[in-house]
Amino acid sequence: MLIAATLAIFVAMILAIVRGIAGPTLYDRILAVNMFGTKTVLLISLLGFVMGRPEFLDIAIVYALINFISVIGVLRYSDTNQLKHTSDNNKSTKKGF
Amino acid sequence: MDIIIIIISGLCLFVGSFLCVTGGIGILRFPDFYTRMHAVGVTDTLGAGMILIGLMVLSTDFLVFAKLVMVLLLTLLVGPTTSHVLAKAALHNGLTPTVDKGAAKKNALEPINNEETTSSNP
Repeated sequence: MLIAATLAIFVAMILAIVRGIAGPTLYDRILAVNMFGTKTVLLISLLGFVMGRPEFLDIAIVYALINFISVIGVLRYSDTNQLKHTSDNNKSTKKGF
Repeated sequence: MDIIIIIISGLCLFVGSFLCVTGGIGILRFPDFYTRMHAVGVTDTLGAGMILIGLMVLSTDFLVFAKLVMVLLLTLLVGPTTSHVLAKAALHNGLTPTVDKGAAKKNALEPINNEETTSSNP
């Protein structure tokens, strides 16, 4: 069951990275990266149990912290008019940015 | 006793894997950013929680259990916070949700049609 869960996490990561590459807006990409990071934490924990090395959980904790800080940092940066959503074909209402 | 632990852990891992794959299909197939974020934000937290609970049942060492509890608490705190901040930033920076224009117009016109029929009846 551990190996099956690992394969399911792999499938979810592949789907997330497809959306991250094809995402039409910036926020789709940020969402896909966030989901990819969460799934990576789960994958590291599961691989630690599959390979018989539960010390991998330390890496999982650090990865969860780094993922949260990076996403919050990018979104904080997006408040400074640098990342305004500008394309017209996605029903953006703000013009001139 | 051993088989019960294996069955409980397998059940939790199965539910968690199913939720994770469902979130992946949702992020790929939904039409709008906000619906995609709904799919991911709902399934991500519960899927991670179920998988970590399944690993907790399997763990024998107390230190491993404590580390899994820390990862679970971190995930439960971080997932909804990230979803909230992401939705707020997207709405604040001008990404409007896609609305079905035909359905909205029909819903707006329905009271007028009812009014016409009621006024034409007498």
